[in-house]
Amino acid sequence: MELRGIHKRFGAVHANRGIDLRVERGSITGIIGENGAGKSTLVSILYGFYTADSGEILIDGEPVRLAGTADAIAHGIGMVHQHFMLAPNLTVLENVVLGNEGGLLLARGGQAARTRMAELGTLYGLDLDPDAPVGELPVGLQQRVEILKALLRGARILILDEPTGVLTSQEADRLFDILRVLERDGVTVLLITHKLREILAVTEVVHVMRQGRMVARRETRSTGQEELARLMVGRDVPLAASRGAGGTGPPVLTVEGLSHADPRGAPRLTDVSFDLHAGEILGIAGVAGNGQSELLDVLSGIAPPQSGRMTFAGRTITPSSPADPAALRRLGLAHVPEDRQRRGLVLPFTASESSILGYQEGKEAGPGILLALAAIRQRCADLMGRYDVRPPDPGLRCSGFSGGNQQKLVVARELSAAPRVLLVGQPTRGVDIGAVESVHSRLLDIRDSGCAVLLVSVELDEILALCDRILVMNAGRVVGEVSRGEADAKRIGLMMAGVGRADRASRPADRAAPA
Amino acid sequence: MSAPPLPRWADVGVLPLVNLALALLVSSLVVLAVGEDPVRAMDVMVRGAFVYEGSLGYTLYYATNFLFTGLAVSVAFHAMLFNIGGEGQAAMGGLGAALVCLALDAVLPGLLLVPLAVAAAAAFGAAWAFVPAWLQARRGSHIVITTIMCNFIAAGILVSLLTGPLIEPGQSSPASRSFGESARIPAVHEILGAVGIEAAPSPLNLSFALALAACVFVWLLIWRTRFGYAVRTLGHSAQAAAYAGVRIPRAIVLAMTVSGGLAGLMAVNEVLGAQQRLLLDFTAGYGFTGIAVALMGRNHPVGIVLASLLFGALYQGGSELDLEFRTITRDLLPVIQGLIILFSGALAYMLNPPLARLVAVLARRRPRGVPA
Repeated sequence: MELRGIHKRFGAVHANRGIDLRVERGSITGIIGENGAGKSTLVSILYGFYTADSGEILIDGEPVRLAGTADAIAHGIGMVHQHFMLAPNLTVLENVVLGNEGGLLLARGGQAARTRMAELGTLYGLDLDPDAPVGELPVGLQQRVEILKALLRGARILILDEPTGVLTSQEADRLFDILRVLERDGVTVLLITHKLREILAVTEVVHVMRQGRMVARRETRSTGQEELARLMVGRDVPLAASRGAGGTGPPVLTVEGLSHADPRGAPRLTDVSFDLHAGEILGIAGVAGNGQSELLDVLSGIAPPQSGRMTFAGRTITPSSPADPAALRRLGLAHVPEDRQRRGLVLPFTASESSILGYQEGKEAGPGILLALAAIRQRCADLMGRYDVRPPDPGLRCSGFSGGNQQKLVVARELSAAPRVLLVGQPTRGVDIGAVESVHSRLLDIRDSGCAVLLVSVELDEILALCDRILVMNAGRVVGEVSRGEADAKRIGLMMAGVGRADRASRPADRAAPA
Repeated sequence: MSAPPLPRWADVGVLPLVNLALALLVSSLVVLAVGEDPVRAMDVMVRGAFVYEGSLGYTLYYATNFLFTGLAVSVAFHAMLFNIGGEGQAAMGGLGAALVCLALDAVLPGLLLVPLAVAAAAAFGAAWAFVPAWLQARRGSHIVITTIMCNFIAAGILVSLLTGPLIEPGQSSPASRSFGESARIPAVHEILGAVGIEAAPSPLNLSFALALAACVFVWLLIWRTRFGYAVRTLGHSAQAAAYAGVRIPRAIVLAMTVSGGLAGLMAVNEVLGAQQRLLLDFTAGYGFTGIAVALMGRNHPVGIVLASLLFGALYQGGSELDLEFRTITRDLLPVIQGLIILFSGALAYMLNPPLARLVAVLARRRPRGVPA
């Protein structure tokens, strides 16, 4: 596969500027770059979502026109999206034949697909129960469904967009095994990611994108993390924010036996207890969807606890006396939410408007019932300067900022309230390396100033780099605690997967997973 | 799919005009189809709406109704609530105003009675919107369904009252007796006449000023208050509102109550201003047209003023068509309105991508055209 001089503009944004790329048949090639470097645009062009403004795409030396995804599929291109495109209420088989049913009635196409699935399953180690509902599978297996779907449609070029974002390191290793088998069989794999480690683990050749350009091509074995990081960012970056451990002050937030169930009654949090001390960063490690989001919701007051209690700033929060987020904020609890685009900011609002989100009833918004717009704007401009939010324009809509700058804006707002407890969810998800560095050093700063920080992240590296103490969650329970000194990725990874625990929680995902 | 976003000036300024032009173009085809000259028809409509004696007054009088109902829809819409119940809320507003006037017009002077009746109109409209709002906030009943049902209930209440206890004695048409002189909101031509300016008589009355004041009120409420901030946050993202500690049920109920109050105020123009009594069906679909007005005005008071003027002109100019042409009857008017609603409401963003592409192309050319 070859790309020549691909250009793509979106209004003022020149997302791809003359991309040239050659991918050898039957290889694993990586494309790495920061968020906003143009990787996703490039992938979308390859899969026929967008048409390039200029340039050409060649497959096996033949120029092709990809006007839609159907064209891409016809040319043997398969795509595994970062967010799976699966119908959770359908079975694996039904998902696999979706859009490729082979007739009015499902039975025939389904039977054929069942046979092919079994073949491909043994060939590539993609074992899956065709009749299991997809929604009950763990994400690692859901991803296999996506891969299988692509292969079943005859994909010889497989594009994976940020495939490991939701996987444990063990699951990621299994994915890489599958990719290697595919490669041996002549499938061309294109791996798009911003994670250096996995690029180094599995690819042969890596291409680096920066600001819409292909800036480098390296043989994987002759490069390393430092060089790739420098190429991605265009300057030297310290990879981990390393700084001394935090002290252990008095506990400021105490959680005892907290439980929470979702609206359908499924338990999401079970009997969670811990103390959060002033001046420490307590990390919550775990695979996405193991109760961390619910923990943040309950602690921040968005969702009420169903049993247990939480004590903070002299106030005891129980199921019979729940606290709402506004009340907790007034007590000094700030929250950088996991989903900054839907929660942390209001995208159609200006930066200035979003800079008082959560504080709209407070003095930040003005003295009376009217909003003091000029003061809010001034304060926002001030925050943008101090936290290096670019562009520093309070009048710009939040949707116009990059992920990293959106996050800096949220962090700026929450830290400026001088909280006693800071809850942080996935602070660097979808954030470029430059902003990661900035967010991390802010978290360490506020810890050093005596604030208690609770950090939830699915990025184990992030947890290991920042936290003084780590709790590991699995299936809504805290399954282990590790202190800074004794933390290592392997051990935590096993805990995250729920391995080695006597009382394995009965999670449907666990049952569906192969032994 | 790959079109760049439309710049704001074009989104707010150009797109509605293009949509309107398109609607008028298709309307012209309809006029052609019935065998008349569309240019002449347009000429008659514009004259009928603005030029003929008294026509401007009528246009503004209709616009007053649309201002109230359009604002009502927009306030609810900022909280992402689709208030389809403007019709019923206006009807109840009329009932509130009428009850006050019928009970007290012999006792109170106008300076007390009119404000009281206005307040009653707003309160009745608000109360009527409170019911679906509460059901939505506390029980999750969908507001679109409940407001529609409340329209029917309101209509039923009016029918039963106007054929029963409120009917004018000795009459058979479903209407209350006329209110006393003290319940009258003065017409604009009378006021102008009093200061020596000759103006043709029309039903335009001081409610128009109240409507403009309501525009300022809505603008302040939505864009300048903490409450408006909470409402807009809720409208854009319920998750962000929950995160920000907005009390969502309260915001829903308050936004809907304000919306219902504004719809209720429409009755001030009709019942206290123009009719001087409570007529069955005085709402005449203004509540529903308010949805189109709000859509076309992009839920902003300035846009709603412009859209109300347009719809007022359509109502008034359209009735002129009926008089001037034999083949064009009043029935064509809903066709034109329908087309405008279709193009500026339902299809509002149909032309967004091509227009965005055009703007992008022009923007790219401009720097080249300018000598460096």
